Amino acid sequence: MTATLEVDGLCTHFFTHAGIVKAVDGVSFSVGKGEIMGLVGESGSGKSITGFSILGLIDPPGRIVSGAIRFQGENIANALDQRLQKLRGNRIAMIFQDPMMTLNPVLRIDTQMIEAILAHEKVDRRTAWERSREALGLVGIPSPEERLHAYPHQLSGGMRQRVAIAIAFLNKPDLIIADEPTTALDVTIQAQIIYEAQKLTRQTGTSMIWISHDLAVVAGLADRIAVMYAGRIVEQGMTDDVIDRPLHPYTIGLLGSVPSANKRGARLFQIEGMAPNMLALPPGCAFAPRCFAATPACSQEPAVQDVAGRQLRCFNPQVQEALS
Amino acid sequence: MSDATLTSPAPRVETPFRRFAAEFFESKIAAGALVMLLVIIVLAVLAPWITPQNPYDLSQVDVFDSRLPPGSDAFAGYTMWLGSDGSGRDLYSAILYGLRISLSVGVVSGLIALVIGMTIGLIAAYAGGRTENLIMRVVDLQLSFPASLVALMLVAILGKGVDKIILALVVAQWAYYARTVRATALVERRKEYVEAAKCLGLSKARIVFRHILPNCLAPLIVVGTVQTASAISLEATLSFLGVGLPQTEPSLGVLIANGFEYMLSGRYWISVFPGLALLATVVSINLVGDHLRDVLNPRLKK
Repeated sequence: MTATLEVDGLCTHFFTHAGIVKAVDGVSFSVGKGEIMGLVGESGSGKSITGFSILGLIDPPGRIVSGAIRFQGENIANALDQRLQKLRGNRIAMIFQDPMMTLNPVLRIDTQMIEAILAHEKVDRRTAWERSREALGLVGIPSPEERLHAYPHQLSGGMRQRVAIAIAFLNKPDLIIADEPTTALDVTIQAQIIYEAQKLTRQTGTSMIWISHDLAVVAGLADRIAVMYAGRIVEQGMTDDVIDRPLHPYTIGLLGSVPSANKRGARLFQIEGMAPNMLALPPGCAFAPRCFAATPACSQEPAVQDVAGRQLRCFNPQVQEALS
Repeated sequence: MSDATLTSPAPRVETPFRRFAAEFFESKIAAGALVMLLVIIVLAVLAPWITPQNPYDLSQVDVFDSRLPPGSDAFAGYTMWLGSDGSGRDLYSAILYGLRISLSVGVVSGLIALVIGMTIGLIAAYAGGRTENLIMRVVDLQLSFPASLVALMLVAILGKGVDKIILALVVAQWAYYARTVRATALVERRKEYVEAAKCLGLSKARIVFRHILPNCLAPLIVVGTVQTASAISLEATLSFLGVGLPQTEPSLGVLIANGFEYMLSGRYWISVFPGLALLATVVSINLVGDHLRDVLNPRLKK
């Protein structure tokens, strides 16, 4: 099986006056056709930058320093802008976090949707309009004709995110990068949006990278999960494996800090300390200062190793059930 | 799924324009100014049909009618309600014809300056880096001279004539637009919808002119109104100084200048009436512009 997307040793660094920020530092993963991959991590762990790197939308002072991004076999890391422009919105689409901000406030919905189609295909406006209407119907928007004539401010947040998803699916892309698309929405709408996104990927065979800080959301949606910490993927594997038997102490901490019914009354697990300053990462494993299982070996950099069908960056994987 | 917001029928489309119009007419002064401005424009447009005399047609101008006080009868029979000027032109007719020239010169030069300044400002904001620095330093340089000085210099070099005056006014004013647009566009281009537009694979030109520009229109409209008023008064200034429009087709500034020499001999009307017309025009445009700024500025929203 050729993967839709293969990211290999991606490094995206930002060269600021204060120093080099290694926002993404040696990230490798692959997404198969029709697969949903969850990219999980705290704020500032580099998950969004990974997404933007794939689309080639890293603005100076940042740039992709090394690594390959193979989209259907073609390396698009640092590809020419013309090439990327052809891919963006067409083969690779993006859904953003805040639907209040991502639709242009002064253009009507139909204008923005038709534009997205016409940017990549030579069809007449009528056809483009029809397709926009169909797309709105697909994401569960009632009376799509009326919505097409509306301005973004006339729609609710959930509705706008549906529109954003409809736009992402308009050109039947092979890959969609969803950057925390449900974070700004309330929980009931979240569930609906996740349902629509999942349904559409299954229907169209589109692959998806779902970026989120919310493990609970990703657990119910993704086929595979990659957990990022300080610019690196620390643990990667099938969703059920990672959720049921986390191996990396950081994953264990993340899972433990999710409140749930069967832990009622008990103290929530807490990861000690704070996310590290990206300008001054600790030497070796960046998580070591906060890790309950840290040993002197952790002052060296852990290499990626395969443990129980998973890629792991840790010297002390918690093979035995650490959480119970 | 029975989310109320999903199933309720779409509200009557409340376009941004309707909302804006409702807000604009909340202010009596602004509404009054707008009405006055519209009256002035209508009078200017209809001038050839509602004036007793064509001041450009020398066969209709009688030297024996010169310097008549308001209310006198002209040789040709009609009453000169605002009097006549030094060469026997009916002031009422001359003012309306002058308004036509003043308004059209102001609006045309304002529009040209707007388009040029807007394009340059957008390019500066979107290109960034060295291009932006270069453009903005030119703008700074230009703005460090008073507009009237720049225009005066240009007219001295180019010579008289409507086209030359317009060119001078454009050169004197494009920088205001460029600076305004760049400031707004810098804010807009950081917004997420621009990133989203890039993710759709839209071309740069499309993003700049179709996505960023419409979001910069509000301040541009305000500056456009105020600058048009200042273009009108700048043209009047130049004409008053004798370097503007020719005597044969007098704008308001020329009329004021013509009457100036008679002020001390008590023939006030030759200067004062054109002056009042100019004042009314500029003040009403400025009032409308000021209120537009209040309405369009989200920070002043109640």
